[in-house]
Amino acid sequence: MGFSGWRVIKEGLTGNRGWKPQWRDAAPKKDYDVLIIGGGGHGLATAYYLAKEHGITNVAVLEKGHLGSGNIGRNTTLVRSNYMMPGNSEFYSHSVKLWEGLSQELNYNVMHSPRGQIVLHHSDAQRDAAVRLGNAMINRGDDAELLTRDDVRRMVPYLDFDSARFPIYGGLLQRRAGTARHDAVAWGYARAADERGVDLVQNCEVTGIDMKNGKVTGVQTTRGVIRAPKIAVVVAGRSSQVAAMAGMRLPIESHVLQAFVTEGLKPCIDHVISFGMGHFYISQSDKGGLVFGGNLDFYASYASRGNLPMKEHVMEAAMTLMPMIGKAKVLRSWGGIMDMTPDGSPIIDRTLIDGLYLNCGWCYGGFKAVPASGYGFAHLLATDQYHETASKFQLDRFRSGRGLMDEEATGSQHNLH
Amino acid sequence: MRITCPICGERDRREFYYKGDALALNRPGPDGGEKAWDDYLHMRDNPAGETRDLWFHEAGCSAWVVVTRNTVTHEILAAELASKVKEAAT
Repeated sequence: MGFSGWRVIKEGLTGNRGWKPQWRDAAPKKDYDVLIIGGGGHGLATAYYLAKEHGITNVAVLEKGHLGSGNIGRNTTLVRSNYMMPGNSEFYSHSVKLWEGLSQELNYNVMHSPRGQIVLHHSDAQRDAAVRLGNAMINRGDDAELLTRDDVRRMVPYLDFDSARFPIYGGLLQRRAGTARHDAVAWGYARAADERGVDLVQNCEVTGIDMKNGKVTGVQTTRGVIRAPKIAVVVAGRSSQVAAMAGMRLPIESHVLQAFVTEGLKPCIDHVISFGMGHFYISQSDKGGLVFGGNLDFYASYASRGNLPMKEHVMEAAMTLMPMIGKAKVLRSWGGIMDMTPDGSPIIDRTLIDGLYLNCGWCYGGFKAVPASGYGFAHLLATDQYHETASKFQLDRFRSGRGLMDEEATGSQHNLH
Repeated sequence: MRITCPICGERDRREFYYKGDALALNRPGPDGGEKAWDDYLHMRDNPAGETRDLWFHEAGCSAWVVVTRNTVTHEILAAELASKVKEAAT
C-alpha cells in the first residue's frame, strides 16, 4: 500500500489503525536464483534493482540480525559526489542522481536533503586543489562552485575565519550534496524489494559457502541449507569473515570510524561543512542534533567503538573550526566498522569462484554510494557485465597495479587512507 | 587503549604509530614472485578476534613492537620487541 499525504490524513482521522508491517518476515525457501548475503543498505538496494531493472525476483536477502542493523544505521548520512578519479567520478555522480529521485521511486520518504556541502580550504595550495576538483566535477556534469572567503562568511558566519593556525581562504560548494535519513534508506529499499517478491530473511546467519568444482552451489545458514547458482556477498564490516568461508583472503583491513551527535538544538547549521585541515565534518539532523565526525582511529578493530584520543582530536577540530560548538553537549558517540582497501576505493566484482560476487571495501564512504552500488552490483549479477558507472571497482587492481583509484594520492597501501 | 612497551612499560596508545598486520615483518625477497608480494602488500587475514600487529613507539623508545591484541574487545594480550620476534623466526 502506498504512502501519500491523503493517506496520512485518513489514518490520522481513523486512529492510525490501517498501517501494516512494511515487509513480510519471510522464511527461507530451499532454492533461489540469487542469494544476497547481507541485509544492509547495499544488499537491500541490490535486491531492489535486481527485481526492478532485471526482473529477477526469485531472490533472498540473508541477514544475520535484523534488516539495516549494520553500518547503514551507523554513519553520518552524507550524500555527495566530490570525487575526481575515473571510476569513482562517474559512479558517485550516478549515485547522487539516483538519490535525487529516490523518495519518489521507492514511494518512501528517505528525507534526502540537498542542503549543500562546503569543503573549506585554508591555504593557496588547498585552493588550487579545490579548483581542480571543482573543474573535474563540472566537466562530468555535476555542480561545483568556488566560494571566496567572503562568500563563505556570508553563508556560515559562525566559523572562526581568522584562526591563526587555519585561517579560512574559501570553500568548494556542491549545492546538490547533502544528507538523507540513514535508516529510511534501508527500510525504503527493503519495502520496495519485498513488494516485488524478494524474500527478506532475518536472523539467518550464513555459516558456510558450499562449492563444487569451483562453482558455488549454496550456503549453510542457521536456518538450514539454501541453494542458489549465484551468491552475492554484501557484508562490508564483515567481508573478510564471509570471504574466508569461500577460502578467500581480501585486500581489506577493518578499522573503526567514530561519529558523534549532540543534544537536539534549534536549527543553526544549514549545510554540511567539512574542515579542510582537521578531517572534521558536521551537519545538523532534522531532529536538531549536530552530527559530526573525523578520522579513523587508525588501528584494526571490530569493536564498533573507538578510543579517547580520536574523540579528543575530533572535539579539538570542532572547537578550532566553530568555537560556538563548545556550548553544545555531546549526547553519544559510536563507531562503525570500515572495510578499508589499500587505495581507499571499493570493490564491486566477480571472484575467481564461479557464481560468487563481491561488493565490499567501502572504506568510510559507503552511505552515499548505496543507490549506485546496488544498481551497479545488480547489473553485474544479472548480466555478468560491469555497468558503465561501476566498471572500475575491480578486485584484481591491487595485484596488477592497473586502475587504482587513490583519491587522496597517499599511496595504495593499508593504513594510508 | 594502553600498550605495554617491552622497554618502557605501559603507555598511552597516543605514543605509538600503527603500521598494521605483523606480517610486515615477513617481507618477501625481491624475486619472491608476484603472488607473495600481493599477499604481503594487500591481502589480509583481518581476523575478528586475536591478531598480531606492528606498532612503533614513536614518542617513546623508538622500538618496533609486535602487539597481540583482540580486535573485538581492544584487549592488549602481549607485546614483544619486533627485533626479538624477527630473531626467533630466523
